[in-house]
Amino acid sequence: MAVKMEIPTALRQFAGKQASVEFNAATVGEALKQLTGTYADLRKHLYTDDGRIRSFVNIYLNDEDIRYLQKENTPTKDGDTISIVPSIAGGAKI
Amino acid sequence: MPIITGTPTVPDTGRTLSKQEIQRYSRHLIMPEVGMDGQLKLAKAKVLMIGAGGLGAPLGLYLAAAGVGRLGIVDFDVVDYTNLQRQITFSTSDVGRPKIQAARERLAGVNPSIRIDTYETRLTSSNALDLFREYDIIVDGTDNFPTRYLVNDACVLLDKPNVYGSIFRFEGQTTVFHYPGGPCYRCLYPEPPPPGLVPSCAEGGVLGVLPGIVGALQAMETIKLILGIGEPLAGRLLLFDALGMRFRELRLRRNPSCPVCGDHPTIRELIDYEEFCGIRGEEVVPVTTGIPEITPRELKSRLDRGDDIFILDVREPHEYQICNLQGHLIPLGDLPKRASELDSSREIVAHCRSGKRSADAVQFLQQAGFRKIWNLKGGILAWSDEVDPSVPKY
Repeated sequence: MAVKMEIPTALRQFAGKQASVEFNAATVGEALKQLTGTYADLRKHLYTDDGRIRSFVNIYLNDEDIRYLQKENTPTKDGDTISIVPSIAGGAKI
Repeated sequence: MPIITGTPTVPDTGRTLSKQEIQRYSRHLIMPEVGMDGQLKLAKAKVLMIGAGGLGAPLGLYLAAAGVGRLGIVDFDVVDYTNLQRQITFSTSDVGRPKIQAARERLAGVNPSIRIDTYETRLTSSNALDLFREYDIIVDGTDNFPTRYLVNDACVLLDKPNVYGSIFRFEGQTTVFHYPGGPCYRCLYPEPPPPGLVPSCAEGGVLGVLPGIVGALQAMETIKLILGIGEPLAGRLLLFDALGMRFRELRLRRNPSCPVCGDHPTIRELIDYEEFCGIRGEEVVPVTTGIPEITPRELKSRLDRGDDIFILDVREPHEYQICNLQGHLIPLGDLPKRASELDSSREIVAHCRSGKRSADAVQFLQQAGFRKIWNLKGGILAWSDEVDPSVPKY
């Protein structure tokens, strides 16, 4: 399944400065594995030391949070978009 | 359905618009979706803005211009030159003044008939509930995680909607949290990132127009909530990518096991948000501990003596263009594969902007076997302060 992965601005520096990349993957977890395999520096930003997705990084399949689907086992289909949406806090210093 | 607790669908007859106000708001009044009822709802509305920075600038201007009757602004910062690139409430002549003072004058100039309350204070767990209680809607325009979680929890505890906006470089996120039945910030992100993993705007930069757009979106959502019209941006996270000029929308759900807004909440009062975000103690153990350092003055006098010192600049090429000490440029991220360019028999002083990245570089090179290496304490900023004020600070 050809899926597109959207890389947020904050993480692009660890992903060869790409805004999006495409992989062939049958599940969201597989796509993430390929992504962190290609861009090893991304790994510590997406996963904890014990291999779980960090709680300030949300993964969406199209417009749905995978926490409410089958998490990393969520199956993908051709043309799906996986988005990585980390917490950002920019605004006024207070 | 009344959107805001306590705001009647048809306003009471106590407040009417003067002839001058009718003229001022005529472009609102001629739209049936706003009309006289809507304008009176705006006049009775009470909105608290957290932060008078980049997001707060368009937000405050539009809410004041729209005739929101009472605007509260919380901020304790002072206007500086780096703010002017995006914080369009402020003029060059405001540099050095408290932001709330400059903002109050500017907004009162836009609309003298509204009430503006300013709070020159840091928002804390001990003052947040008292501040929020008097307002209908809270608009979050802060720049740090502890305050984000504090604003969220206070809004949930007091049952007030939180119009959220956040920015980074070319990217924005907006939504309305804790709209009746909707998710809160903790449903979206149960925990903050550990300190240092996500750069702030001060470290990462931001294109000046971006907070203008996101703050204007927050103003629009605030006004829609007051008027009770349209479809609020609740349960939806709007992502804005300025470079691709694209808006995307993701679904947000209330998490039934959310510790603050879930079915069985465990957080029933405000907590210590610095501790929650792992920030406490950060200053006690600086990252540079144990790294050999040289002060700008020491370096200058050694260079003046003619000592052979190799200056290694570990910043990015675009930073080198802003100002430099004529060092050899190897960005920190490239150091592992370019360390062979360095001669370990020479004395090396590594520097960056503030001394943080170069401390990492020194540590890395020490592990790679370099022995005669020092970190320039305080970076090029300290060099500008202590040695050569003609070097610009950024």
